[in-house]
Amino acid sequence: MCLGIPGQIVEITDPLRNLAKVDVSGVKREINIACIVDQDHPVEKCVGDWVLIHVGFAMGRIDEGEARRTMELLNELGEAQKEMEAMQETQSKL
Amino acid sequence: MKYVDEFREPEKASKLFAQIETLAAEVSGKLGRPVQLMEFCGGHTHAIFRFGIEQMLSKNIELIHGPGCPVCVLPRSRVDDCVALAERDDVIFTTFGDAMRVPGSKKSLLQAKADGARVKMVYSPLDALALAKQNPDKEVIFFALGFETTMPSTALTLLQAESDGVKNFSLFCNHITTVPILQSLLDAPQFSIDGFVAPGHVSMVVGEEPFEYIANRYQRPLVITGFEPLDILQSIVMLLLQLKEGRALMQNQYARVVQKRGNHPGLSAMAKVFELRDKFEWRGLGSIDQSGVKIKDEYARYDAERKFPVASIKVEDPINCQCGEVLKGMIKPWQCKVFGTLCTPEQPLGALMVSSEGACAAYYRFGNVEELLVQKENYLAKGK
Repeated sequence: MCLGIPGQIVEITDPLRNLAKVDVSGVKREINIACIVDQDHPVEKCVGDWVLIHVGFAMGRIDEGEARRTMELLNELGEAQKEMEAMQETQSKL
Repeated sequence: MKYVDEFREPEKASKLFAQIETLAAEVSGKLGRPVQLMEFCGGHTHAIFRFGIEQMLSKNIELIHGPGCPVCVLPRSRVDDCVALAERDDVIFTTFGDAMRVPGSKKSLLQAKADGARVKMVYSPLDALALAKQNPDKEVIFFALGFETTMPSTALTLLQAESDGVKNFSLFCNHITTVPILQSLLDAPQFSIDGFVAPGHVSMVVGEEPFEYIANRYQRPLVITGFEPLDILQSIVMLLLQLKEGRALMQNQYARVVQKRGNHPGLSAMAKVFELRDKFEWRGLGSIDQSGVKIKDEYARYDAERKFPVASIKVEDPINCQCGEVLKGMIKPWQCKVFGTLCTPEQPLGALMVSSEGACAAYYRFGNVEELLVQKENYLAKGK
């Protein structure tokens, strides 16, 4: 919950609700990107962004290197798998 | 991982360890005792144990593992309220998986689910909102918890429910705030922590300013820190350097993620939806002024506490539990009377044994339990 997980925005699914699809090491799910959108960086420009995701919300933009290192760290902490399973499970049940 | 050559950049790590060694010797010499640094965030605690950082540090420095694991500090009375809400026929109670095992005074949410209550694990509050749309005949309650890191997600979900016209969705709000809890620790008379490894992702939301305030007001150095082992080592060096030079500043080691002003859209959603509570109860620490938030009157219809009767009966922490003393750095986890005997990760009695981010659970999981239990017996025998 507190460490978050990095992913890349691959598609804007609902621009009005700030919803987008992210790819987290192959796992895809819809998240909210309201917190990384502003006048200088509107929703449509977010495709391709690497973001740090907390409980289904993109909380910060990061660069690809940071995303990769964070994913390695989460793997070492044994957190990545757990987080990705939770993401996938709840999404497919809905 | 207990050897420096297993770090990502072993040379850098060795250099940092050497620097820490020299600086800690100097600063602790001046203090006449080991330097005490507190990491606040449960994520840092987890990383420190996973990478064996504590065992590799010199005896001149002690890491105190603070109260930054939101699941761990949840009081039993709030878990009881969750269970009562979940046991209602008209409710689907949704929660993050981390909170399922936290013991209440009678049962955890996991036990309530086994007994037939409608408890559903979700990854995100958005999933809870989707469930509400799919189940219009039930009230879907989301168990909102966490520090500022998860507050924007809850606030934005509530605002989304409003704009989608969803009426059968509400929050059981248990969000807690970082600065008031730090202040309450710093105001306590026996508190001797010399500096803070400050949380990375809370800072990503709130920015640098609240921590600048703490550093100034309490004259303690404080470094906002990333989660990689090298980040943590570098932050310890920065803290020791400040202590050596007699400075007490906020520094941002994690500027690659944490912006000075924090996250503006997140902060404005929080300001719209939440306001401070007069006080909030913490497991192990008691009631602390302004340390939690509640939902503002304008959004009362999304507040489970106002939609349903919630008992909120104060339940004392278990009598043998010494979580408060551990959190304040007065004793080590293994020095607690019930560590590893009455209180284990399988049957947690105290807050800090509950989640993998809690200090006691980390000692239990990553330490040599048998050895720690012998140490504990010797320690307790000496005290008598």
